Amino acid sequence: MVKKTRKAKTGAECTAEAMRQINPDVVAAYPITPQTKIMHSFSQFVADGDVDTEFITVESEHSAMSACVGSSAAGARTMTATSANGLALMWEIVYIAASTRLPIVMNIVNRALSGPINIHCDHSDSMGCRDSGWIQLYSENGEEVYENTIMAMRIGEHPEVLLPVMVCQDGFITSHGVETVDFFDDETVKNFIGEYKPHYPLLDVEKPVTYGPLDLFDYYFEHKRQQVLAMQNSVKVIREIFDEFGKISGKDYDFFEGYKLEDAEKVIICANSSAGTIRVVVDELRDQGQKVGLLKMRVFRPFLNKMVVEKLGRAKAVAVLDRSDSFGAFGGPIFSEVRSSFHEQQQKPHIIDYIYGLGGRELDIAQIKKVYSDLEQVKNGNLGELVRYLGVRE
Amino acid sequence: MTEGNGQHTHHEEHKSKLKNWKEIPIGGKILEAGNSKEYKTGDWRTFRPVHNPEKCTNCMICWMVCPDSCIKVGKVDDPAKGKKGVSNKPNLGNFGGFDLDFCKGCGICAEECPFKAIEMKEEKEFKD
Repeated sequence: MVKKTRKAKTGAECTAEAMRQINPDVVAAYPITPQTKIMHSFSQFVADGDVDTEFITVESEHSAMSACVGSSAAGARTMTATSANGLALMWEIVYIAASTRLPIVMNIVNRALSGPINIHCDHSDSMGCRDSGWIQLYSENGEEVYENTIMAMRIGEHPEVLLPVMVCQDGFITSHGVETVDFFDDETVKNFIGEYKPHYPLLDVEKPVTYGPLDLFDYYFEHKRQQVLAMQNSVKVIREIFDEFGKISGKDYDFFEGYKLEDAEKVIICANSSAGTIRVVVDELRDQGQKVGLLKMRVFRPFLNKMVVEKLGRAKAVAVLDRSDSFGAFGGPIFSEVRSSFHEQQQKPHIIDYIYGLGGRELDIAQIKKVYSDLEQVKNGNLGELVRYLGVRE
Repeated sequence: MTEGNGQHTHHEEHKSKLKNWKEIPIGGKILEAGNSKEYKTGDWRTFRPVHNPEKCTNCMICWMVCPDSCIKVGKVDDPAKGKKGVSNKPNLGNFGGFDLDFCKGCGICAEECPFKAIEMKEEKEFKD
């Protein structure tokens, strides 16, 4: 019987609690706001002897990810966490972790990349490494952080996947906001996670292997092709893990999760904490008889374009909310993928993009109402600017 | 690069042995030990060393300086062309040819040879 305990925790503490229950062999991390609170909590578990983890305090994030690569290659279940500039400093090794097929789980507490220097939430950090080969899960609140982190471990370690996984939460909004969260008992999580069987670990002296050799024009491309397959395989695996964990939690998880979507004509797509605020507006506008809905993106990598079409095909106007910009591109990262998903479709909604919330700029109810109001125009074919900026002083 | 060119044929042979993406271990891992000998680096070569047995005294300085251990020790490739006194018996410590599977053509042997018995020639001059 699954025992749930309801506690008041911040998002960062939810990550630490998931890590305590996972009890990874190695954690290597360097402090950076707002991630620091995760490792602050987790290092307490280490100090108190609540976990068996070898906790490596390194001198930079480049070293943190390097230590994770080494420990994961050795065959240890490995976790870390970072934010913004810390992730930027890891960059080189972030790619190496994915291409060496090491199932490291890393919590990203989303924060704006400098400069000018800013410690608050936007998604420029995790969106910037969307091509690095990591699976990316996004979390609306602390409870989703907790659940995504547990599921991430199983997804990445699956023999048909063997890829690292990022679990993202909004800096401060989620990481430092206290909410009530249902936690499962240790035994349930331990049984769900299971024992880690590493793929050709370096420490297996009976089967010596080489990691990270030079890979030139004759084989590099083939290894990249394998990464493509691993990402494709992860679709099936994520589906299975969502269903398996859903039986424990009693919830439904999906790559894209709709709210009042069935007959919705005007839909907003977003990731992370903004979904909660948008849901409030959807309820209010529904009470006024407006056919509005929300599509929350839980999984960005792999990107399920077919599901986007399936879930939004009946909508008339769609606004994508991107909490990061891709300077010089046609809209933000979520927008361009959502929009291109519909290219072959005969029936498709008008789709516009809003860049919002950069550097922690608040997304309030009035702004969301304005988006739905704008979509009324868009629905009628008055498209206007396809890429807009929400909440910036004009 | 023309047909029949030495480097080209070597390259084609190398290409025909390459495995597809479903046949190789993931993540660039190498599961067998001692495999570097399978990686023929000779096709990196632009210049090929050519040995002149008339000038060679078997001092073996080339053998000492070659960074890739590509100077073979033993008999000369063709004893008929060999200089008088050059052994045609194996493993007697004499110059025994170049290992062209691995020679990258750096030219250190030619540079260091005190008797100018090694000359670097462009690969395109060879047909094998």
